[in-house]
Amino acid sequence: MPEHDPKIVAMFCTWCTYTAADLAGTSRRTYAPNVRIIRVMCSGRVDPQFVLAAFEHGADGVLIGGCHPGDCHYQEGNYKAFRRMTLLRKMLKQMGIDERRLRLEWISASEGDKVQRVIDEMTEELRQLGPLHIQESVAAVETPAYAVAAG
Amino acid sequence: MSKPKVAFYWCASCGGCEEAVVDLAEDILKVVEAVDIVFWPVALDFKKEDVEKMADGEIAVSFINGAIRMSEHEEMAHLLRKKSQYLIAFGSCSHMGGIPGLGNLWNREKIFQRIYKDVPTLPENGNGIYPQTQSQVPEGEVNLPEFFDTVKTLDQTVDVDYYLPGCPPTPKLIMQAVNAILEGKLPEKGSVLAPDTALCDECDRKESKPEKLLIKDIKRVHEVIADAEQCFLAQGIICLGPATRSGCETLCINANMPCTGCFGPTSRVKDYGAKVLSGIASIVDINDEDEAARLFDEKIPDPVGVFYKYSLPSSMLKRKNMGDA
Repeated sequence: MPEHDPKIVAMFCTWCTYTAADLAGTSRRTYAPNVRIIRVMCSGRVDPQFVLAAFEHGADGVLIGGCHPGDCHYQEGNYKAFRRMTLLRKMLKQMGIDERRLRLEWISASEGDKVQRVIDEMTEELRQLGPLHIQESVAAVETPAYAVAAG
Repeated sequence: MSKPKVAFYWCASCGGCEEAVVDLAEDILKVVEAVDIVFWPVALDFKKEDVEKMADGEIAVSFINGAIRMSEHEEMAHLLRKKSQYLIAFGSCSHMGGIPGLGNLWNREKIFQRIYKDVPTLPENGNGIYPQTQSQVPEGEVNLPEFFDTVKTLDQTVDVDYYLPGCPPTPKLIMQAVNAILEGKLPEKGSVLAPDTALCDECDRKESKPEKLLIKDIKRVHEVIADAEQCFLAQGIICLGPATRSGCETLCINANMPCTGCFGPTSRVKDYGAKVLSGIASIVDINDEDEAARLFDEKIPDPVGVFYKYSLPSSMLKRKNMGDA
């Protein structure tokens, strides 16, 4: 039985975390290959629907990276991200999704080492937690079509 | 020229949608004049066999309310789909799962255990007898519908042509829909038969909603007596108006209660609960992480109940994941 290999979808903000991930790369820091990185302009851009879509399509964990509080390129975006993800994490817990599967980290542009550490940590944690298996309960409910509203 | 045939059926339903039809008051006379109601279990004595005997497509429109919770609902949905030209999901339950949809936080085993064993009002040793789909009694075999683990919406079960939103849909919306059908003026298939703007747009309290809406505290509805004229959100009371489809004439707002989202999202939103959660989190003006977390714990102890009150089965995750550590 192959050991479970977690899939992490990451959304990193352009100005800080994505730049840090680039730095990790140029610094030749190896980290777990389990993460798929999506670049967004700001952590405040991350719509909770994106997080749900990631879980719906098979992600075992979602990692969001933004600037440290006070350093957001757009002033307040990361605060909004924090509030949204805190509330979303609470709701996901009610939905039977462990809180550790949604992680929000403040990683500045110079913290390539933190990118490496966080991804390695999260991968290991998710490996222990096991796969999420959301797709099975979602697929069990066939949906012919989403409503198209001309309105 | 015979009148078009219309059917009305209820699945996992509270009966409020049936009452909404009765609420048409004198307008119901116009409806009965124009159509022939051939099946309506709550009000008329037609039987399932009467529907089975009809030709496919013989019924012009079937309105189905209630969520799909049991095999009987699924069966009737398929039957009416077969016999109808148009199938309209009537009310929040068939549209998005409705309040019965909150049952998706559990499954059959947990629900039966609670109701038939654990409820304090049961006799001393509990009852512990679960409904069986098949039982032998002296007279022969007795069947009950199967109770599913997961509540589904109507469109997760059969092909749906239109949706009438609301818990229940208002008499005005119902009449508009009936007239559109009779005049042949229906919009694109799959449409929700209500405006595609958010509730704030039609709300009288719009003027008191600040351009930059920011609140420092959340007040639950039982904690305060709301001001009768000011925007609820501006008062710190959670109102889901910004993310909810309009068309209800703000009936709840007019009764000095905030919107709870029964009309569901506009066409631009995929997952209602996630989107409205995002909106509420955005306007809370607290940048200290611990303080914000504490506020949410204290004032929104049940996020699913607030944000997915009517829409859990139609959400992206559809139901609680029963298997996580």
